[in-house]
Amino acid sequence: MVERTEQLIERLAAEARPVRRLRPPLYRAGLWLFAVAVLTGGAIAAFADWHVFVERAHDPRLVIEMVGTLAAGIAAIVAAFELSLPDRPRRWLLLPLPPLMLWLASSSYGCYRHWLTVGPSGWELGESAHCLRFILGVSLPLGVSLLITLRRAIPLSPLPVGAAGGLGVGALAAFALQFFHPFDVTVIDLGVHVIAVAVVVSLATAAQRLAALGRPAPSS
Amino acid sequence: MPLSEDAETERRWSSLMAAAQDGDRRAYERLLREVAPFVRTIARRRHGTADRVEEVVQDALLTIHRVRHTYDPTRPFSHWVAMIAQRRSIDALRRKTRRDAFEISDPLAYETFPDPAANRGVEVYTATEGLSEAVAALPPQQREAIELLKLREMSLVEAAARSGRSVAALKVNVHRAIKSLRKRLGGDG
Repeated sequence: MVERTEQLIERLAAEARPVRRLRPPLYRAGLWLFAVAVLTGGAIAAFADWHVFVERAHDPRLVIEMVGTLAAGIAAIVAAFELSLPDRPRRWLLLPLPPLMLWLASSSYGCYRHWLTVGPSGWELGESAHCLRFILGVSLPLGVSLLITLRRAIPLSPLPVGAAGGLGVGALAAFALQFFHPFDVTVIDLGVHVIAVAVVVSLATAAQRLAALGRPAPSS
Repeated sequence: MPLSEDAETERRWSSLMAAAQDGDRRAYERLLREVAPFVRTIARRRHGTADRVEEVVQDALLTIHRVRHTYDPTRPFSHWVAMIAQRRSIDALRRKTRRDAFEISDPLAYETFPDPAANRGVEVYTATEGLSEAVAALPPQQREAIELLKLREMSLVEAAARSGRSVAALKVNVHRAIKSLRKRLGGDG
């Protein structure tokens, strides 16, 4: 070793400046989610087609699907904040799985029912391109702001953080989409939703990897 | 170590780290000195040679330094450090596997030749003491760049993550460092 461990310790101690401690991950996730809720809530209140949505919301299946989507988004965001810290176990990745299953199962059931009632046209391409654009378009700014927030923790394993964060913003975008989606999902729509979220997860993972280029601990 | 002693160590490390986060350099130095053997024990589980173990210890200490703001004093410090040490230990294993995949043993490389000038390259390479001194004399940023990229053979991305500097800055530093080393060791160009 060119620099001995002893010398390294002396150098690090000499360089040490006060640092601002990170707030607990739940608190940080809560703040981020609150900001997103205010912004997207405002956009939904202003632009959503409430008449159609209220009509569709009478269907308990849609309510279950939306609860699953929102819960998957919140759980994944919490998991991303937890996983960004060095001492948190990978088990946090499992947190969004139950609501994700609920979301996919209720959405799949909706597709099946749609097919039963409208026949083969239930398998046709609906407004899927619009859904894809919406999910990617909403996920991008959310993902960038999440990435910036998560970078403060300088994650040691960026991939799980990116995967959880990507799932979180993708699910939140899919939740918001329901307010602008005037019909039940077809199989193709569901496929497009899943692909859109998968694209967001991949982008977020790649972005986290790039962000791992890192920077020194922030000083206070 | 008895349980009460463990708890005492945990408390001490935790409060030393909290003081270090507030800028207490003495507490920080004491903490790093106490923690180094703990990290060394973890590194020995995956690495056999003393050099490799020390490399992991130094990587882990550098990481602790960079992410020290993420430690929450209400949580156990030894677990926080152990997770960092394990990650760095696995990273070093991956680097070794990657390096081994590209290296071949060539005994002829150590052959000497009648023309002294032909041996110069090998002599310079084996003159580790001279090299160590030359590297130690480099400015800190150049020294770190050469250590991470050339001596530990990290990729630019890994070295950037470890040092907290950009890839471009590392490239400039390593280029300048090599130029200085060539000059000092009497090489060409």
